[in-house]
Amino acid sequence: MFRYFIRRLGGAIPTLFLITAASFFLMRLAPGGPFDKERRLPREIEENLRRAYHLDEPLWRQFLRYLNGLLHGDMGPSFKYKDHSVAELIAGGFPTSMQLGGAAILLALLIGLFLGIAAAFRQNSLVDYTASGTSLVGIAIPSFVIAPICTLVFGLYLGWTPVGGWGGFTHAILPVVVLCLPVIAAVTRLIRASMIEVLNSNFIRTARAKGMPERITLTRHAIRAALLPVVSYLGPAIANTITGSIIVEQIFSIPGIGRYFVQAATDRDYTLVMGVTIFYGAIIISCNLLADLCYGFLDPKVRYD
Amino acid sequence: MIRKWGFVAAMAVVAMLGIQIAHAETVLRLGNGDEPETLDPAKSETVVSFNILQDAFEGLVMFGPKGEVAPGTAEKWEISDDGKTYTFHLRTNAKWSNGDPVTANDFVSSWHRALDPKTNSPYAYYLDVVQGVHDFRTGKNTDANSIGIKAIDDHTVQIALNEPTPYFLSMLRLSVTYPTPKAVVDKFGDQWIKPGNIVSNGAYMVSEWTPNASVTLVKNPHYYDASKVKIDKVVYYPISDEAEELKRYKAGELDITYSDVAPDQIPALKKSNPKELRIYPYFGTYYYAFNTRKKPFDNPKLRRALSMAIDRDLITKKITLGGEIPAYGFVPPGVAGYTPQKTDFASMRQQQRVAEAKKIMKELGYSESNPLKLEILYNTSDKHKKIAIAIQDMWKQIGIDVTLTNAEFKVVRDRAHKGDFDVLRVGWIGDYVDPTTFTDIGLSDSEQNDAKYNNPKFDELERGQAKIADTKKRFAHIQAAERILLKDLPNMPIYYYVSPRMVSLKVKNWNPSPLDYHPTRWLSLSEK
Repeated sequence: MFRYFIRRLGGAIPTLFLITAASFFLMRLAPGGPFDKERRLPREIEENLRRAYHLDEPLWRQFLRYLNGLLHGDMGPSFKYKDHSVAELIAGGFPTSMQLGGAAILLALLIGLFLGIAAAFRQNSLVDYTASGTSLVGIAIPSFVIAPICTLVFGLYLGWTPVGGWGGFTHAILPVVVLCLPVIAAVTRLIRASMIEVLNSNFIRTARAKGMPERITLTRHAIRAALLPVVSYLGPAIANTITGSIIVEQIFSIPGIGRYFVQAATDRDYTLVMGVTIFYGAIIISCNLLADLCYGFLDPKVRYD
Repeated sequence: MIRKWGFVAAMAVVAMLGIQIAHAETVLRLGNGDEPETLDPAKSETVVSFNILQDAFEGLVMFGPKGEVAPGTAEKWEISDDGKTYTFHLRTNAKWSNGDPVTANDFVSSWHRALDPKTNSPYAYYLDVVQGVHDFRTGKNTDANSIGIKAIDDHTVQIALNEPTPYFLSMLRLSVTYPTPKAVVDKFGDQWIKPGNIVSNGAYMVSEWTPNASVTLVKNPHYYDASKVKIDKVVYYPISDEAEELKRYKAGELDITYSDVAPDQIPALKKSNPKELRIYPYFGTYYYAFNTRKKPFDNPKLRRALSMAIDRDLITKKITLGGEIPAYGFVPPGVAGYTPQKTDFASMRQQQRVAEAKKIMKELGYSESNPLKLEILYNTSDKHKKIAIAIQDMWKQIGIDVTLTNAEFKVVRDRAHKGDFDVLRVGWIGDYVDPTTFTDIGLSDSEQNDAKYNNPKFDELERGQAKIADTKKRFAHIQAAERILLKDLPNMPIYYYVSPRMVSLKVKNWNPSPLDYHPTRWLSLSEK
């Protein structure tokens, strides 16, 4: 298992390199640059800025310079936010995104597992239809629709929560709910389907035939096996949620790193785009690795070699 | 017993009220659109950062309660007879937020830093009107003392200009001219603007800064006029979504909004919150630039026809809805003493204009079988789109086949710089209150000249105005230059901006200001 872990880590390096290279060169293909603004800079000032950021060098040399910085843990200065380095911005925003995303994932898991299992046990009952119906709605309505509706209803009309901003527990309620809705939906559907499959499988029938109490059959055997597809879904889902949602952070004015994905790209803030992309890549890779390791605990058929 | 408890409860209530009164800190919460790109006055280039900087720092002069030029760190000044030398007398009690006095040398060293090519200030060129600045900032002369700013003594700053520049005081309000604390900058380098390090000389000082969450300023106890500053704390929130900002305002989370209220919200707000919706003229022009280097847009006659076919009243009354003023000139109204110029077709009725435009199109050889085809390029925005669709329709009436192209802002600017467009949407807001902040756009070497207009006669007139010290004569000169712009129409003015925003009734002394700057030190808060 340790060898497997090391091998996977080794495999992550070329992946990260590819992500870095692809985003570096793709970013430069986009028309316009960081210094194209409403007010055009005088030529000598623009040239000076380009020199300061090494944009006057050939692209390959800029790339090598960037890689070299990266190896030394330096993601460079942000082009737009002149007072901050990319590392500072990510370090400043990530805890917020992680708190928000972590809370959303936990809540979604609790509710999703409960709904999914309940639906599987009471197949084709009112419980099942309600759970499946709600989760379908959760998947179908995008957050850019549900988030403004939430701020309008709960923030403005009812006044139960703040409309936006970040600070206390009340600020977190709406964004957590909006973020976790699609995850609840996905988890409910996955767990329901796999639970139904597991309950009809041979080893459960054997357990029942041997007279094992139903409670133990379910908790010790059925649920454990039924969790597998949820775990493989959760790898990328966690990575996605804790690195921040662009829409949720924008609408609720949350200081996470999700906003940087889009803002930095439209600002042509090359280093910030690179920074968040690589960071996101690293998180996805680690979450997938963790999910794979979890498999071993859940499924005795999985071997790491 | 009951009486006793009642007494205790009453005392508790009184005590709590007392605590509340004693701690009633007044906090102003402002929407501010976006995360400031910097808090370094030398590097600032957007309204977003400037809004914060004008509270934290103070230049020689500042924006007054109504947006006028008001004394800042300089309490008075003299201008030499030839209009080229300004002598500023600093307040002797002006202090930095760490208690150190603000001296003339602070201004000199700050200018040296801001204009040094190494500082990479995007606004350095703004001070080219000052002697020696152009050569120093472009590296032709490395001696900082060659710049025309001198400290005569601890409290006297003298600035020498290349030409009499009557709007120079108005320029001095922008942040690149602000003093920065040399000792602090030297000690912390690029990190000097971080909370904990930063020292400033304005009515407020930076206490907290969380990127993308807020910037908080608190009253500067060492400010010379601290006793008159009424608001204790200002919080700037970077809210980019205008609809969410309006919701937060309505929920009482903000006192003043930043983004323009969306046109479709204006009619409803006029009914529901008429006293809070504040719409005032903003010193800016919304226009379309023609690519004068590209056929057939190099023909002034065609540009005239296109410009005449636009029904500006319809655009302002049916689309923008904020009471914008239809523009027939390039310089917006609002400069005292300057008569805004108008195109000759301003006085015609729209039907006449369209008829005339059709005639010109026919003369130029266009017809139904041979229509003019063109593209309107604009940056993606709901408002720009609606206006472009209306103009597409208006131009269709004179037989033009219009394609609309929207792209993200950087792409539009890139195509504009490369001259890769037919017709381009542009908006321009004045930097200072003077007509040249608009007419200069027509100069053949102006960076802002998207139309790539080149008329030596115009250039000569426009450059000549700088040498005229007498304002009346100078304005007459600029008016003549503007008339050339309106005859050639490289840029087709559409409307003059207004700034529609929400201001809570709690906020007192908030006045319209032509450049839309409202330093917090003039404001106060009261309960409704």
